[in-house]
Amino acid sequence: MSDTTLEQRSGQVSEDELKIANVSRRRFLKGLTATGALVIAARWTPSALAQSEEPDDKAKYGADAMAHGWVDNPDVFISIAPDDTVTIINHRGEMGQGIRTSVVMVMADEMGADWQRVRVEQAIANEEKYGNQNTDGSRSMRHWFDPLRRAGAAARTMLEQAAAKQWGVPVSECRVEVHRVIHGPSRRELSFGKLAATAAELPVPERKSLKLKSQKQWRYIMREPKDFPRENDAQPLAVDGMEMLNGKALFAADVSWDNMLYAVIARPPSYGSAVKSVDDKKALAVPGVVKVIQMPTATQPSGYEPMGGVAVLAESTWAAIQGRNALAIEWDDKPAGANATYDSVAFRAELEKRAQQPGEIAGQQGDIQSAREAAAKSLSVDYYAPHMAQAPMEPMAAMVRIDGDKADVWTSVQNPQAARDGVAKRLKLKPQNVTVQCGLMGGGFGRKAKPDYVFEAADLSRAMDGRPVRVQWTREDDLHNGFFHTVAVEHLEGYLDDNNRVSGWLHRSLAPSISSLFVADADHQSNSELGMGIRNMPFDIPAIQQENGEAEGHIRIGWFRSVYNVPHAFAIQSFAAELAHLAGQDHREFLLELLGPDRQINPGKKDIFNYGEDPARYPIDTARYRGVIERATKEAGWGKKMPPNRGLGLAVHNSFVSYCAIVMDVEVTEGGEVVVHRADIAFDCGPQVNPDRVAAQLEGACVMGVGIALMTEITAKDGRIQQDNFHQYLVPRINEAPREIHTYAVNNSLDIPIGGVGEPGLPPVAPALCNAIFAATGKRIRSLPVADQLKS
Amino acid sequence: MIKLTVNGESRSLDVPADTPILWVLRDTLKLTGTRFSCGVAVCGACTVHLDGNPIRSCVTPISMAEGKHITTIEAMEKDPMGQRVQRAWMDEAVAQCGFCQAGQVMSAVALLKNNPNPDDAQIDRQMSGNICRCGTYPRIRKAIHRAAESGSVSVDESLFTEVKA
Ligand code: FES
Ligand code: FES
Repeated sequence: MSDTTLEQRSGQVSEDELKIANVSRRRFLKGLTATGALVIAARWTPSALAQSEEPDDKAKYGADAMAHGWVDNPDVFISIAPDDTVTIINHRGEMGQGIRTSVVMVMADEMGADWQRVRVEQAIANEEKYGNQNTDGSRSMRHWFDPLRRAGAAARTMLEQAAAKQWGVPVSECRVEVHRVIHGPSRRELSFGKLAATAAELPVPERKSLKLKSQKQWRYIMREPKDFPRENDAQPLAVDGMEMLNGKALFAADVSWDNMLYAVIARPPSYGSAVKSVDDKKALAVPGVVKVIQMPTATQPSGYEPMGGVAVLAESTWAAIQGRNALAIEWDDKPAGANATYDSVAFRAELEKRAQQPGEIAGQQGDIQSAREAAAKSLSVDYYAPHMAQAPMEPMAAMVRIDGDKADVWTSVQNPQAARDGVAKRLKLKPQNVTVQCGLMGGGFGRKAKPDYVFEAADLSRAMDGRPVRVQWTREDDLHNGFFHTVAVEHLEGYLDDNNRVSGWLHRSLAPSISSLFVADADHQSNSELGMGIRNMPFDIPAIQQENGEAEGHIRIGWFRSVYNVPHAFAIQSFAAELAHLAGQDHREFLLELLGPDRQINPGKKDIFNYGEDPARYPIDTARYRGVIERATKEAGWGKKMPPNRGLGLAVHNSFVSYCAIVMDVEVTEGGEVVVHRADIAFDCGPQVNPDRVAAQLEGACVMGVGIALMTEITAKDGRIQQDNFHQYLVPRINEAPREIHTYAVNNSLDIPIGGVGEPGLPPVAPALCNAIFAATGKRIRSLPVADQLKS
Repeated sequence: MIKLTVNGESRSLDVPADTPILWVLRDTLKLTGTRFSCGVAVCGACTVHLDGNPIRSCVTPISMAEGKHITTIEAMEKDPMGQRVQRAWMDEAVAQCGFCQAGQVMSAVALLKNNPNPDDAQIDRQMSGNICRCGTYPRIRKAIHRAAESGSVSVDESLFTEVKA
């Protein structure tokens, strides 16, 4: 698979080329059809018609509940050229999870295509056609495995029917082998390319008539690379693999249009600040600077609206950056209100104070008061988890041009439809007249779920009468003007009875909500945020009380990989270890006892957020918690004698309907440095469609989690973010990453519905690491990151 | 006019002398394989070779390249060590989002040209200037060992110079 990336030219892409790449697969396909080409033509049904046959009044879950749902029509995704090339459309966003490979793998395998003759094409934003494209919430395979299998199976069926027709034999005598159909009795065969035209004439078979392949029949799905067919050289399939290593892969800033201007923007230092005055004389004197444009200031709550500020447009990125440096801007902090004095240290103290008072009840069972009164031992502690920035290695970039009633966008976003509809709205264009083509995302982690940077480019192109403009964010912009991870104080109280069993558990959580980005005065966590670890906590404890404390946002709060699971899991899994210590018991045994007997808890009964999934299909299953704990601890040699200053730490967490347990092997040096020797990660997401990419996600989450535990933090003072770049905003480097990471698949079976992969590996890392620090040193970390807390 | 060679081709460039090499490559020459991420020499995404030495192109003015050879990721397919590193990277399926990987490959090629068989501590030292937010470090380490093992390769000894992190 050599010729695979989006638009594989490293240089300028001409208008005509872009039209072909961008638009309209329809037009593209028409071109092919004109020369008598392909099989499965562009005759798709709108997704609304393809949706589940559930009656409307029934609660919708999973992909059914997403905007524009799912599509399983092969016409939408698959085409075959006479030369046997199978082109498969990937409609999900690629940000490192390998979804372009996995999506294509599923359809190719079901239809019987040979990987060497498959190429992938990236869909433009068009959910009406492709179904939901919002790549977020660890949903791609969870929601799309079944529909994509059906699309592949339908294509296979049509090819068999086409062969039967061409040969004049019963279809039952025809079967797809690799990239060709064989007539059993006569051993005749026709390649996919030779069947294309006939297949194109056939109706798409009924969904119910489709025969899906069994696991045994798959060549790629659920296989380790070493088990792939030999011609693939036992390498992991990776559609963009080599392009990422030879410079040809195209990200958001790698395509340019003729006459394009480069823009950088000086954005307000605080959320809500406005430009009071700007002196742009010096900026305009910088060679290459073309124009300085003042942007409208976003009002609070901003949603996805750009913050505003002053844009410098120039003939190169460097000229734009220098022009921006030369601006003299006076900011008006008044519209920002309290945000302009935001101080994250003071806010922490305020949250810690509020944490001593009851919050709104979020969950309750038994009587916490009696547990408290009857307790033989008790523990009351606060945990703290700071703001963070997603800081994908690729800073945001977007290019827009407007031509009459049409606009083109080249960018990389997690939610292309939101970009398309948002651009259409602000430019007053029809959404279908806005073509959003996405390159690869150089990391997303939730940041690129907000298309504010695309809107900036649209506004600037409009200000330049439609001229192409690329907005380039710098790292400083990313860290100063982001949509940040929340900040949290988690107050925990635990009560032990005379037998050292936990009789009562109180969890009071205070963290600004992502709702504060969209709703004025939203100052408590939402139900979905509380459902990320707190309300769905499965512990078998007689009295549990969960409370939701007041916490307002002073910077823009947004999604960060695993979201509220990060602080919640840190607190809950640290506290369970602390209670084990208080009870004088082994942490692993204690944790298994807290989970109680194997049982399935129906989260629907208590109206607990279940990541949008059907509670009957995806119950909370304590046996799966136990399964991952047992596997990780076994592989790590839990209980073995450790060298001095070295310890094992355990944590388990369920998020995005997957289960993950981690054991970390950690050493704390004399100087207080933390060395992570090894991580053993047991993961249960049900069937692993692309096991190598699942392992890669777990490894990556582990490294990111080590950063969350040890070094990663955003702070604010006087309403300004204090970290400018990676020398102050610390993320792990190769010397700080675990020396070894081992991953283990648990319940890797089609008997279980698929869970999420990209996010659930992250939440247990920090608590496992801090529990290991405790095992190594006896020092309990309750505030993230560790930073220099272990240094004397 | 600044005269230099880029990936073996001679160029005369009419750009301000203080323009960082990164932006000349990306905006002027449309060699977009070299990535911008931090702009202040702390992440390694923009790593290229200047006369064989790895440098951070985001802070190195083009004037410093006058009369010299710049080698970018786009040339690695033709470089024996580049090929070996790419192969090892593919075999270990290192890349996730891929954004940092051009810089990682350029740093790894420079490391291996200087030190054909680096140990873990040497890998740490030479590669710690390259951030990967996706966390591919364990596989980068394996891939460097694999590239080191995968046989000898003829290298132009004149290119051996001190590697700067
Ligand atoms: S972009 Fe040059 S080192 Fe980061
Ligand atoms: S692979 Fe994504 S930053 Fe390294």
